[in-house]
Amino acid sequence: MTFAEIRERAVAEWEVMERSGKPRILVGAATCGRSAGALDVLQTINAELAKRNLDATVIQVGCIGLCYIEPIVEIAKPDRPRIFYSGVNADIAVQLIEDYLVNDNPRPDLALGALGEGSLDGVPQLFDLPMLQPQVRVTLRNCGFIDPEDTNHYVVRGGYSGLARALQMTPEQVIEEMKKSGLRGRGGAGFPTGTKWEFCHRAVGTPKYLICNADEGDPGAFMDRSVLEGDPHAVLEGMLIAAYAIGASEGYIYCRAEYPLALERLDIALRQMKELGLLGDNILGSDFSFHIKVKEGAGAFVCGEETALMASIEGKRGMPRPRPPFPAQSGLWGKPTNINNVETLANVSAILERGGDWYAGYGTEKSKGTKTFALAGKVTRTGLIEVPMGIPLRQIIYDIGGGIVGDKAFKAVQTGGPSGGCLATDLLDISVDYESLTAAGSIMGSGGMIVLDEESCVVDVARYFLDFTQKESCGKCVPCRVGTKQMLDILTRITRGQGQPGDMDLLLSLGQTVNQGSLCALGGTAPNPVLTTIRYFRHEYEAHINQKRCPALVCLDLITFYILPDKCQACMICQRSCPVDAIKGGKKLIHVIDQSKCVKCATCYEVCPERFSAIVKVSGETIEVPEEPIPLGAEE
Amino acid sequence: MMDIAKLTIDGKEVEVERGATVLDAAAKADIYIPTLCYHPDLTPFGACRLCLVEIENMRGFPPSCTTPATDGMVVRTSTEQLQGLRQGIMQFILTEHPHPCLTCHRLEHCKPFDICLRHVAVTERCVLCPKNERCELQQVARYLKLSEITLPYESRELPIERGDPFFDRDYNLCILCGRCVRICQEVRGLGVIAFTFRGHQALPGTAFGRSLKDSDCHFCGACVDVCPTGALIERAGRWYTLPEREVVTTCPYCGVGCQLKLEIKDERIIRVIPQRDNSPNWGQACVKGKFGLDFVHSPERLTSPLIKENGQFREATWDEAMDIVTGKLSQYQRGTEFAAISSAKGTNEENYLVQKLARAVMGTNHIDHCARL
Ligand SMILES: Cc1cc2nc3c(=O)[nH]c(=O)nc-3n(C[C@H](O)[C@H](O)[C@H](O)COP(=O)(O)O)c2cc1C
Ligand code: SF4
Ligand code: SF4
Repeated sequence: MTFAEIRERAVAEWEVMERSGKPRILVGAATCGRSAGALDVLQTINAELAKRNLDATVIQVGCIGLCYIEPIVEIAKPDRPRIFYSGVNADIAVQLIEDYLVNDNPRPDLALGALGEGSLDGVPQLFDLPMLQPQVRVTLRNCGFIDPEDTNHYVVRGGYSGLARALQMTPEQVIEEMKKSGLRGRGGAGFPTGTKWEFCHRAVGTPKYLICNADEGDPGAFMDRSVLEGDPHAVLEGMLIAAYAIGASEGYIYCRAEYPLALERLDIALRQMKELGLLGDNILGSDFSFHIKVKEGAGAFVCGEETALMASIEGKRGMPRPRPPFPAQSGLWGKPTNINNVETLANVSAILERGGDWYAGYGTEKSKGTKTFALAGKVTRTGLIEVPMGIPLRQIIYDIGGGIVGDKAFKAVQTGGPSGGCLATDLLDISVDYESLTAAGSIMGSGGMIVLDEESCVVDVARYFLDFTQKESCGKCVPCRVGTKQMLDILTRITRGQGQPGDMDLLLSLGQTVNQGSLCALGGTAPNPVLTTIRYFRHEYEAHINQKRCPALVCLDLITFYILPDKCQACMICQRSCPVDAIKGGKKLIHVIDQSKCVKCATCYEVCPERFSAIVKVSGETIEVPEEPIPLGAEE
Repeated sequence: MMDIAKLTIDGKEVEVERGATVLDAAAKADIYIPTLCYHPDLTPFGACRLCLVEIENMRGFPPSCTTPATDGMVVRTSTEQLQGLRQGIMQFILTEHPHPCLTCHRLEHCKPFDICLRHVAVTERCVLCPKNERCELQQVARYLKLSEITLPYESRELPIERGDPFFDRDYNLCILCGRCVRICQEVRGLGVIAFTFRGHQALPGTAFGRSLKDSDCHFCGACVDVCPTGALIERAGRWYTLPEREVVTTCPYCGVGCQLKLEIKDERIIRVIPQRDNSPNWGQACVKGKFGLDFVHSPERLTSPLIKENGQFREATWDEAMDIVTGKLSQYQRGTEFAAISSAKGTNEENYLVQKLARAVMGTNHIDHCARL
């Protein structure tokens, strides 16, 4: 089929659906929605429709990024704006069918937002919501709005027109267009995509390979998963364009096996592409042929590193090797290979559809376009966002993220996952782009963004990330294998109150050896969380090391719980809840914690009734309390 | 011209052929760069990070063992920063390997094989390691002049693997250079040992930790020959330390004629190391050559011809034995009553003579050979 025929057919089928007059119910059922109960909701909706003999089209869609209020259901009735409901459960779903589908009451009280023509009193436009308003959606353009299992949906929204356009151009022109867009790799390193393609295009050797890196191993990152689950064709179209530009005939998608839904969606998409002539020999009737295989990874962080990834595809242990030779010269099976990240490729299809200049219109001088982030941690609105490069960090955390949960104070934000750094309050106004983040000691990375509030201990956070990199190190090179372990031991010691005076200098010097000596960027960047937290939170390390005090009251060995005798009302609630029977007391006896038994689980602290607030958590100080329970009232 | 790269290393100009690495070029210029994972018979690995150098217009510290030498390169191999970095890395290596003997303050007074009574725990002494003074780690650590290791050493506390024939594996001494893994995979084509686990737990080992016998190991000993430390050690001759002399000879087993270096001490073969720079074996041997030469010292070995008389063997002279053989052979008819089977234990030349005897003297083409032992 030619592209015009594919498009014509898709539009025709779409119109049939539109004109059918049937209501459409879209359930956000990506992995995030599913873990919030979307499949229950889906089942309930289907059962309820059947029970009431109602005719409606029910579609599973991907994630629109509002993870904090999943599951999200969209109901579109003819001649009405599309209405989005959040936090839907089975009861609400039944309610919505009864009220909206049957009685035509769209329940503005339950609605989150509306989209499309017409408005609904009391319901804001979806994209005017504070979380969505500052966002610009290129990578995520279709996520949550189309059926990821139906190519027609993608095509109706402009899909594959970028490929059709690319095939009219020479590979050199496609590369030129990419250079114009200024797109830089979204997998972490930020290498200009057009230039990378050019290297591979010019390299000699056949066949050439194109690999889509969908390993996504950073803890807390789920951008790539969401795109693959919500809009697989955007990535696959990007692969076709990239393959055409570099002259690749074989492609691999390296996706971790922990992403079963993404793998399933890819599988379906690839089948449909073959049926439509979008994959295989002579794509869209052109001379261009391309084949794609999916390789499931076992979920090692290091296998996201390009040379380890290729080793893994070749059936070897996933261990990086030094470059040169670069993959463009000698990659998979020793052939010229180009590796791009999922998000990079999803941008490629948009750029070819709408032009490099359009894309370059977003962002800063050196960091063009948009970037997705997995916003997590202590912000009010967590989820998947996409913003133009150069946006101030503050805007992401406060406008989009809605500030810190419970109005606590902001402390730091970790960008770039375990390879990135922790940025403190005085950096809240930096622009989010490659250069500024690097200058601040962190990195853009693949887009993890974890917000910490005043109750997070940065030493503990640094320890957490180092524990991760230490375990995920492939073990090949000395600085990474041994250095991260040594640094972790020191950090663990500090959080246990066994820090020694020279520890910070030692961490800095070991960090430098690990950074300069490691083979790949896993080791090279592993010290970053430690180095940046020392840089911005030196006083907090000093408190741990010199005063054996954890200012954020997190490090278990450094905190103590006390029951204040003048506040305890001998209600026995804490005594009964303590899992290790560490609380002594009784009727009309003021309770006392036996510190030798206490495991610091904080249960008593949480259950003590607020009106008493008799339990305190302190660090670095001792509170004088009776050793044994004393009669209530004896205190005065 | 295209195939020659001219580069400057520490101010010295050196020319190498295309395909050579910076490490090769440095060697050609007689400049020593410390290495541990590098081995000339293996593809470069870039893991020990000791051969890092500075190269103008290249970021960071590229490993010289994997970086191709290119025309016009300007390389520095031993700046203060590099030596500091190497010392830091060596310090890391030594947190995984017993090392007090390497930094002992009595080092100057201590002769290589002295038994130290005071300063170092028994299990951590270099002198009690079979690889003492043959250990590459020891040599490189000495070169880097570490006076103190401030980071704590933690023994892996693994049992020594003694259950297999011929050699022991003590992974408490392993520095994960990967030479054993690579030689087994790349040169022997077997892949019996590979890296297992990740991070700090990573170690070479067999699939599921099985014995080598149950892992299709051919016991060629190639891994033992390349191991830079005492982790892989021939069991026989374990405590003989350094040889008094070395003899290069042809393997007495089959007709391939592998070249072996025999290490001799007290007139005994204490170790066999296949010759690296000779055909036909280029550093390799099979289990017989590597581990099977102990028969040389067997008290049951025949040292003179025996003649059987009345069901009993008696010692004889060569002349006597030859007379009997020639006498008996000449009783047979040429061409029809004689066939020869020769042994793989003979050399090519000896086997040639057997067939010559069969064809020219006995007039027969009935010649066979056991082909291998
Ligand atoms: C330890 C490590 C893990 C990585 N993980 C990923 C990953 O999960 N996904 C990814 O796209 N790139 C990852 N990368 C970056 C890749 O090596 C490579 O730079 C990237 O896939 C190139 O694609 P891009 O140019 O489109 O960004 C990782 C790098 C390192 C060092
Ligand atoms: S830096 Fe770490 S992950 Fe990378 S090669 Fe070295 S040991 Fe492996
Ligand atoms: S056993 Fe020896 S050769 Fe093998 S990795 Fe360890 S030190 Fe290297």
